[in-house]
Amino acid sequence: MSVLPYLVAAWICLVGLYGIVTSRHLVHLALCLTITQSSTYVLLLAIGYVKGGGPPIFKGVKLGTTAVDPVVQALTLTDIVVSVAVLALILALALDVHERAGTMDPDEIAELKG
Amino acid sequence: MSWLLPLPVVIPLLAGALNTVLDHVAPKWMHHAVTLGAMATALGFSIVILIQSMSSETLHWFGGWTPRSGVALGIAFAADPLGAGAAVFTCALTLVALVYSVTFIEGEQRKYDVLMSAVCAAVCGFALSADIFNLFVWLELVGVAGYALTGFDVRRVRALQGALNFSIVNSVGGYFVLTGIGLLYARTGALDLAQIGRTLAGQHANGVVIVAMALIVSGFLCKAAVVPFHFWLADAYAVAPAPVCLVLAGILTDIGIFGIARVWFTVFDAPFGTHQRLVGDTLLWLGICTALLGGVMALLQSNVKRLLAYSVICHIGIILAGVALLSSKGVAGAATMVLAHGFLTGGLFLACGILVVRRAPRWLAGLWFAGTLALIGPPYIGIYLGHALIDDAAAEAGRHWPQPLLWLAGALAGAALLRAGVEVFWRGEHDDVGLEEPREARVGVLVACTALLLVAGAVTSLVPGLGQRAHYGADRFRARAEYADRVLHDRPMKTTPHLPVVLQPTSAESLAYASGATLLAVLVALLSLWRPRLARRSVLRPAVAGLRAVHSGVIGDYVTWMVVGTAVIGGVWAIGLR
Repeated sequence: MSVLPYLVAAWICLVGLYGIVTSRHLVHLALCLTITQSSTYVLLLAIGYVKGGGPPIFKGVKLGTTAVDPVVQALTLTDIVVSVAVLALILALALDVHERAGTMDPDEIAELKG
Repeated sequence: MSWLLPLPVVIPLLAGALNTVLDHVAPKWMHHAVTLGAMATALGFSIVILIQSMSSETLHWFGGWTPRSGVALGIAFAADPLGAGAAVFTCALTLVALVYSVTFIEGEQRKYDVLMSAVCAAVCGFALSADIFNLFVWLELVGVAGYALTGFDVRRVRALQGALNFSIVNSVGGYFVLTGIGLLYARTGALDLAQIGRTLAGQHANGVVIVAMALIVSGFLCKAAVVPFHFWLADAYAVAPAPVCLVLAGILTDIGIFGIARVWFTVFDAPFGTHQRLVGDTLLWLGICTALLGGVMALLQSNVKRLLAYSVICHIGIILAGVALLSSKGVAGAATMVLAHGFLTGGLFLACGILVVRRAPRWLAGLWFAGTLALIGPPYIGIYLGHALIDDAAAEAGRHWPQPLLWLAGALAGAALLRAGVEVFWRGEHDDVGLEEPREARVGVLVACTALLLVAGAVTSLVPGLGQRAHYGADRFRARAEYADRVLHDRPMKTTPHLPVVLQPTSAESLAYASGATLLAVLVALLSLWRPRLARRSVLRPAVAGLRAVHSGVIGDYVTWMVVGTAVIGGVWAIGLR
């Protein structure tokens, strides 16, 4: 099993976090959050990968055929659903911010501090 | 009666769905009847589950996928006394919040009620779940509904800022948890908590497990708002509507700690049991720092709701310290404290809601000061019992320094609340109370809800037998091997010991600390009223300015702190646990 997918997952996660930390635009921020999340997809799929394994569909397939782990795929799907809900909510909030404050910069709307 | 278990989750979700369908069709009263009726039913069922769980863990395997020869492929709910107690507490607080909201919330009330039902269902699911991936899913559902509720008043930019900070920091925390879960699955091939724990118990703990634990615990610390993951909380709670704050402060923050305790005692206790002290001490120090920082920041606030938010941070620190002692007494103390603290802080938030409707009525002052005093915890009032149990647990672990620090932190937060009471009710000088626009509401209902919560919180320490039952619940919560036997092999539990219905005795040390803390809180409050600008003029000025600057309100800064915190926790454990 190659170590590459794990390095890719870590890299995507760090890139996403860097984007969140330095972001000056709320839509950019929301997308960076999604990028951070997509590192978990890569990680989960890498965990379930089996060398030479086919898709985990067993209808009409000979018993004992190697297949990749279906559990992590189910987890990934659930993860995507959750992420879409969060993304939609954040974009809706960003839209409202633009309407009320006339800016999309998270630093400029920081009214609450201290 | 295992079919009962999913009901506290299913009923509120169904009510939410029904209300969405009935939107614009049914009259308003019917909509309230559906929501309140569903919540009351869920409360009833969760009480039945709690009573059942006292004798044995009730199990429910979804779709009938029971484990075969000790291997679990299905997904289960398992009710232990503390988990079931959390479900009861959640349903009760949500019910009170919804009754309060009937007259308090303006505008999109149906959508509001649907979101509140979703929060209640998700927290119940979190408390009862025996599957680690489901913990994550419920946590995210709580989160999404919570973000929307925080930003419910979209007319104000502050509400949007609070909701954005809340959602982004907590989402990143959620991804940390998920990454940790993925690593655990890679290591053990299981998602059932008992199964993971059993698999890890037979292995040498390696780097993957340490990283997984650091990520999962950091993610939960984020939800619980522990230093340095706490920044979002003050921004979010200062702007959310008062009844939402009741649910957020009473339940949402605490489930982070619940999650840490759950995964530690079912999963990580096995591979790291011999290193208990290092893990416990890390969390203990984080708890103490959180408590002290919360207390100090509360003193620096000029807005009542933000002040209350910092007081929540302070008490979360104390609760975490209780769990961090990793003994039954500590966990029991934390659980009892969650109960009293949820009632009292919730009641004070509801009082802030009344301030929005009526400008500082004097009669509210009595309730405010009573609630504040109970939150400091003089002997046998309010949070005292929980705090005293934590003291005992620390003393049993041979530590005598956490007690004074934790009582000091609580006293600082209490002093800030006392001072705020005088300023609001007598001087009328707190600017912009609650940050909300004045509105019309039936004050009678609001006062009844507030008084109910504050009285319930104040008498918690006096309930006979509560301490003993919390202790028994904590014993069951910690028993990893018996839990695994019960879940994976359906073995019956040992019979319940007879629990006495008497007042829990506490040590003389705790009595002294509690009295001292109360006195100190009053003195500090008087001092800060007499010399309000003391902190800004004296030698403390650079420290105060530094603390304020750190709480910058900018998401990027918060996420930086999070990443640093996670890296430090992971680094300490990676070095110490090998």
